[in-house]
Amino acid sequence: MGKLIRAFPPEMKTPVILVLHRLKNVHSELNKLMSADRQIIEPEDKEQVKPGCIYLAPQNYHLLVEPDGTFSLDYSELVHYSRPAIDETFFSVAAAYGRRALGILLSGANSDGAAGLLRIVKNGGTGIAQDPEEAEFEIMPLAAIELSHKIDVMRTDDIATFIRSKYTNK
Amino acid sequence: MVEDISNTELQELIYIIQHQYGYDFNDYAKASLKRRFVRFMSHAGVTTLVEFKVRLQTDPAFFRKMVEYITVNVTEMFRDPGFYKLLREEILPRLATYPIIKIWHAGCATGEEVYSMAILLQEAGLLERSRLYATDMNAANLEKANAGIVPMKWMKDYTHNYIQSGGRHDFSDYYTARYNSAIIHPSLRKNIIFFQHNLVTDQVFNEFQLICCRNVFIYFNRALQEKVVSLFYDSLATRGYLALGMKETLLFSKEKKKFEVVNGPYKIFRRKL
Repeated sequence: MGKLIRAFPPEMKTPVILVLHRLKNVHSELNKLMSADRQIIEPEDKEQVKPGCIYLAPQNYHLLVEPDGTFSLDYSELVHYSRPAIDETFFSVAAAYGRRALGILLSGANSDGAAGLLRIVKNGGTGIAQDPEEAEFEIMPLAAIELSHKIDVMRTDDIATFIRSKYTNK
Repeated sequence: MVEDISNTELQELIYIIQHQYGYDFNDYAKASLKRRFVRFMSHAGVTTLVEFKVRLQTDPAFFRKMVEYITVNVTEMFRDPGFYKLLREEILPRLATYPIIKIWHAGCATGEEVYSMAILLQEAGLLERSRLYATDMNAANLEKANAGIVPMKWMKDYTHNYIQSGGRHDFSDYYTARYNSAIIHPSLRKNIIFFQHNLVTDQVFNEFQLICCRNVFIYFNRALQEKVVSLFYDSLATRGYLALGMKETLLFSKEKKKFEVVNGPYKIFRRKL
């Protein structure tokens, strides 16, 4: 993930949301990867999704995007043994952004995110899964790839190149 | 299986519920309400949206089950231990100056936070002269809360939270273990009153020195948050405290000028004059 974050063009306007099945100190760890003028934000409830910002789903909440472009947090049951769940964020992003949505599913130890990535693709957006051969844990990207042939499979370097070309000045 | 519902379909569901049963979900946050409906349909084995609408309209018991399911009832004892530490060290000593301490837990779900508060008050020697009003819109939640029974499997986590919050007693003194359940000690319950109150439609019913409403606002849109903040303002004594969830904020509220921030990260506010 660090590799991808560093690949974001500095002038990139498109907001980014990171969802991790994670340990407590990941926020500060991720921030160490960032330049001084670009920090990773844990959004508060009903905060506007702003251009050029990188957000991290806060621990112990599902992170959703509302149709009006604000964040909503949700503290209901775990999904795939996780809160935040990747599926929940993907579902809401698919509904809010339609064909403008890009979902990327990286290495992970369960099938969370697969159904969500499929929803993004069904709603006209783009879905990318990390090449399972390269992934530390292949279960997560593999689960998505098995759901649909419309999900692109790429190695991290290629995902980074894709992001740079797609989002330079956007 | 219904995987997703559109915004129009969501509006239709909200309309049906409002007109048939008087529950108003118009100002709930759409994305999370939608996912609650979808999850309920799958939970109840409803396979099409049409079937869902018909059953909502024809079967009041089904409707009640739906409301119980979608009004989120996940909660913990001593969740965010740092918050309870602050209550213990900074807020309760101030509340101690009142002859009778009145606290409102708005949206108390199954009561875990109210019982946490009762434990804090007990340890501060204040429980005797405290009155805890615990409300929720979901009657099934209140029934569980009133029973004071917590699944034993969570007690290890809760004990850990309790210690983190600065608790110095033996946490197991506060409950009796019976099979898979922990029964909260009845002495903690005697000053708690549980009753139904809907923040969307119901009014001020008393005046409080502290209102706790944690992780309820996240299910509301800004307009409804605004309305409820003003209900809280009217329900607070001058200089009374309002505690929200860690990710909730008064920042977007027009009412924010009427409050001062007591603790930013832990979202504790205080009513100005």
